[in-house]
Amino acid sequence: MSMRKVAVVGAGMTRFVRRAQETPKELTWQATRMALDSSEMTMDDIDAVCLGTAPDSFDGIHMKGEYLSDGAGGWQKPFIRSYVGGGTGVFVPIQGWYHVASGMFDTCLVVAEEKMSSYYPHAQAAFLTIFDHTTERPLKPNLLWIFALEMNRYMHTYGISKDDIALVSVQNKRNAANHPCALLGDADITVKDVLDSEVLAWPVQRLDVSPVSDGAVAIILAAEHVAKRLTDKPVWIEGVGWNLDTSYWANRDLAYPRYVEYAARMAYEMAGIKEPRKEINLVEPYDPFDYKALHHLEGLQLADRGQAPRLYIDGVAAPDGDMPVCPSGGLLGVGNPIAAAGLMKIAELFWQLRGEAGLRQVPGVPKRGLAQAWGDLMQVGTVVIMGR
Amino acid sequence: MNERVAIVGVGWSGFRPHTPELSYKELMYEAAVQAYADAGVEPRRDVESFVTVAEDFYEGTSIFDEYVPDQLGAVLKPVHTIPGDGLHGLATAYMLVRTGQFQVVAVEGHSKASNILTLPHITAYAQDPVLNRPLRFNTNFVAGLEMNRYMYETGTTKEQCAEVVVKNRFNALKNPLASFGANLEIDDVLEGPVLSWPLGGRETSEYVDGAIVMVLASEDKARFLNDNPVWILGMGWCNGSSSLENRDWAATPYIEKSARMAYRQAGIPNPLSAIDIAEIDDTYAYKELQSLEALGFCDPSEAGPLTQEGFTSAQGDLPVNLSGGSLGLGHLLDATGLARALEIVLQLRFQAGSRQVEDVQIGLAQSWRGVPTTSTGVAILSN
Repeated sequence: MSMRKVAVVGAGMTRFVRRAQETPKELTWQATRMALDSSEMTMDDIDAVCLGTAPDSFDGIHMKGEYLSDGAGGWQKPFIRSYVGGGTGVFVPIQGWYHVASGMFDTCLVVAEEKMSSYYPHAQAAFLTIFDHTTERPLKPNLLWIFALEMNRYMHTYGISKDDIALVSVQNKRNAANHPCALLGDADITVKDVLDSEVLAWPVQRLDVSPVSDGAVAIILAAEHVAKRLTDKPVWIEGVGWNLDTSYWANRDLAYPRYVEYAARMAYEMAGIKEPRKEINLVEPYDPFDYKALHHLEGLQLADRGQAPRLYIDGVAAPDGDMPVCPSGGLLGVGNPIAAAGLMKIAELFWQLRGEAGLRQVPGVPKRGLAQAWGDLMQVGTVVIMGR
Repeated sequence: MNERVAIVGVGWSGFRPHTPELSYKELMYEAAVQAYADAGVEPRRDVESFVTVAEDFYEGTSIFDEYVPDQLGAVLKPVHTIPGDGLHGLATAYMLVRTGQFQVVAVEGHSKASNILTLPHITAYAQDPVLNRPLRFNTNFVAGLEMNRYMYETGTTKEQCAEVVVKNRFNALKNPLASFGANLEIDDVLEGPVLSWPLGGRETSEYVDGAIVMVLASEDKARFLNDNPVWILGMGWCNGSSSLENRDWAATPYIEKSARMAYRQAGIPNPLSAIDIAEIDDTYAYKELQSLEALGFCDPSEAGPLTQEGFTSAQGDLPVNLSGGSLGLGHLLDATGLARALEIVLQLRFQAGSRQVEDVQIGLAQSWRGVPTTSTGVAILSN
């Protein structure tokens, strides 16, 4: 049975900032407008709209998707919001993919927005509500704590040092210095800066963590016959995968993200990829914390377990390495407006694969890239593989 | 691509105003087990993707999809949440099967409304935080405004709206799942308390707890699994303006466009001649009349008189809300659209007991996400 081919034909993003003056609706429209302009389309050319945005508690709006719908272009159009926590940013292009691959629509606008600054004084308090109301919430857990648990477990299991993990933060923040939308780009940052930064919850330090941010990203998907009319350089969605593990995260061995492995295997199978380390030229793993990028590279089968730091030490992950990792600067550098940050990775693949990534362009114009996001209670993996 | 998709299994739990002995996870589990048995599938082996519909503020939990896989048999499987109505979830499962990448997909929706202590506060939080929320609108107040405008534009009377309540709650007497079956007179409805004039308390559905699961399959798989697949002929959905101040209060283009999309796929030029039964949103009684017109079953301003004449009664030409609708069955939050579709499925399988319609071939289910949204879904199903 043949699958309908789906291409990305346009992308746009707002700057990622600490506290946007725009309303959430305005952010979605700014990104939408840029994506439309990039492909010389108007809303009349769009058949359906998909929206990704993470917890309603950030914006403080019940049915946030409905509120955002007209800003995201979902006015008098088929509109559905999808949601898998932090994985949403890389899920929403999958949602767009099945809108088009199903044969129901020829074009689909995919928008992701997050405005975390509405939560005053800090969005961290909203995260208390993601925990089980009976068994966990009374303990007043904090996201930094559970990341600290996972980071500790990862370091302990494989004997990984904090110096090696800090390389991820340094590389991403340096890469982000070349990204016009970045919040925390820093060309001069060093490993020492990361190791000297404030301890939040050992072993997590301030510069191990991505910033709370506001922002929006939009991309446009089209079926093959439309995509070829719109652009000479369509970027094809070759494989998608997603996977959700049990709610009982405290029972999980946090050393290895099996759900990311399963999502990746689903995407590799769809894309016909047998040897991902040879066939993926560029990767944007989810990096809300620096160790997470390493964790995810292992789940994605792009490094052996416990060996992902070698990619950074040996320079494989560098922008001019054999397999550049997070050339965008990732969440650590560009910023982390949850759902928008995931879709930013898709936009980065689009620009890199078309050779349009400006100062961030990796040499040799890569042929195939992978973006991945993660979310929920150490629980969900979402993967998209795109190629020229 | 899989062109044709069928519903091959349905299951439910509830529906009751209170379910103190069951958690939402147990409600979901009961519905899922029944649906999988009905479809003849083993979820861990056979179901390739899972879709749930949920909104965080109703659940009291952020990122609610965290808490769905275990009770659905969906651990380490492709699962995602649609913060939409049940028919948006059904449309999502439909699209997933149509891609050709999935042969069997399950969709789940539930309500644990009895857990929500301050539901009016939650629903009011859906309004624009900058422009509307400072005005402290109650959700039913906004519905009252729309009802008033609808009556003014179409000449529909309060008696005609009340007739919807009498009909649906009478239908509910024959539905063992319904909590609000009653044999009422028009005056019983009109003499009830006023919520936001002209909207009366008895023209407003009450919330219930429950869960619904449906299993969808590709044509090949459906024929292998099941003797009585219910085919999805068309799905449509659409949003209008989410801003209260930017919408035309007299028009419902979102319902019209959803219907046109579904009719086009199903190849239905004239819905009234093609469709035998309909389950239509009746969160508020006037919504059933307004939706009947927008769905093209009659011209604007005709739905009220037709309802009075019994056109939409159980014995009428187009039985509407044989299940009892939300007024008779209770409102299931975002599972409401699945409840509408569930009745159509049971009717098309001739499993609707004493409310079964004879010779039924095509049914329509429609949903609306409630104030302040202009978000609707339409499903056209056939046996």
